Amino acid sequence: MFKNFFESLGRKVLEGFEFVGGLANLVAQAFYWMFVPPFKKGRIFEQAKKAGIDSLLIVSALALFIGIIMALQTAYQMQRLGSEMYIASIVALSIVRELGPVITALVVAGRVGAAIAAEIGSMQVTEQIDALQVFAANPVKYLVVPRLLVLSLMLPLLTLYADILGILGGYLICVYKLGISGTMYMQITFDSLLYKDLFTGLLKTVFFGMLIAIVSCYEGFNVKGGAEGVGRATTRAVVGSFILIITADCFFTALFYFVFP
Amino acid sequence: MAEIEIKNLKKTFGANKVLDGINLKIEKGQTCVIIGRSGCGKSVLLKHIEGILKPDDGHVFVNAKDISKLSSKELNTMRMKIGMVFQGGALFDSLTVGENVGFGLTENMRLGERELRERVEESLALVDLRGITELMPSALSGGMKKRVALARALCIKPEIILYDEPTTGVDPITADSINVLIRELQNKLKTTSVVVTHDMKSAYKVADKIAMLYQGKIIAEGSSMDIQNTRDPVVHQFINGLARGPITET
Repeated sequence: MFKNFFESLGRKVLEGFEFVGGLANLVAQAFYWMFVPPFKKGRIFEQAKKAGIDSLLIVSALALFIGIIMALQTAYQMQRLGSEMYIASIVALSIVRELGPVITALVVAGRVGAAIAAEIGSMQVTEQIDALQVFAANPVKYLVVPRLLVLSLMLPLLTLYADILGILGGYLICVYKLGISGTMYMQITFDSLLYKDLFTGLLKTVFFGMLIAIVSCYEGFNVKGGAEGVGRATTRAVVGSFILIITADCFFTALFYFVFP
Repeated sequence: MAEIEIKNLKKTFGANKVLDGINLKIEKGQTCVIIGRSGCGKSVLLKHIEGILKPDDGHVFVNAKDISKLSSKELNTMRMKIGMVFQGGALFDSLTVGENVGFGLTENMRLGERELRERVEESLALVDLRGITELMPSALSGGMKKRVALARALCIKPEIILYDEPTTGVDPITADSINVLIRELQNKLKTTSVVVTHDMKSAYKVADKIAMLYQGKIIAEGSSMDIQNTRDPVVHQFINGLARGPITET
């Protein structure tokens, strides 16, 4: 029994190393091919539409609801203390520093990351990746580079948009439910937010975007088997992205806490 | 030297020894058909010729150049001389038929839009397809997909064409029309062809030479007539499609 346990543990550890090594290898290749001509803008715009514009609706809805929830939950505490004025600053800070970036990244990982893994995985099982190589098109340059560039650029933009809608959600509750004046809400919001809050919140999403792109492409390339393999890769891409986003968020939050106290 | 020469090629996946010392020569302009049971390593052999897979041991020479020793730039140049038709077509789902056929050119050459369109239409005409450039691959039948895949391979004007199971999964009439097409293209374009199949009717129809792959080795090689008159019990069982024999007893 102990032998089986250690064998299984050893296998998991080796799989973990293989996963991390595979991701590092893919990142290195992607950065190399990013600077090798020719550069085709068409693929970037196509991915930007899929990852950015097509995600707007779901990000809008979630960001607005998160803002409303944050305002209501904060109001629950603040009303007891008679400090409703602080709701605006708490909502703004939590959304801009934490909830906006993380929720947007998780939504994009679930929506776009899953689609990337499924698309590349299907291409792998139907030999389309081999076909790319046959026509002297490097699969990393053709498939990974546009997705990496687009996600690391679109995620900060989507996050900025989510931040604005999240604050709007808080505004709706505070102004129309709690009777705080709109001008005062916005005044407190702007007073409480510093540039570094916005900067740190957006900077980490650049890395979240890269993580989603690399993990999803890696899982897609490593699909084995048919449709079942594609399904498994899609799940692994989403779960892997979620875990890495939260881990990276923990790291960045600690880093920014000490670097920009 | 032969246009394609494979020397002592070995490839193992995990514990599965797929190719175990393949030796094969294919002359310029010849159509060589490689036969063997499903999963015996025929497609793996093709992918070594194309340079998609690297050998564990041995060499694959194309035009006297060792494929596994080429730099990535040299390999890309070589790949533009080798067209490949995949088993399921492997057409790019997100591109139209026209974009699929012209893919090799748009990725590697700077052609004007008009010249590109002409090359695409010319390649589609070679496989008897016209007016479908704007369709998506999902709108095509299995036989049409195979033809478009062949047109895509022809569009780069290759010196060598590799066919992976060109008649698998299509009805007998379409299968025969594909065989006729392969033979016609062979006569018209004088390319060297390697066809992997387990369809013996197709093999006899298109082959100048047939080689049988079994347990990772080429166990028989010769003209269609030589193969049909073989005394080797393994080859005999396979080409006659017999359920009982040395292949199924091992």
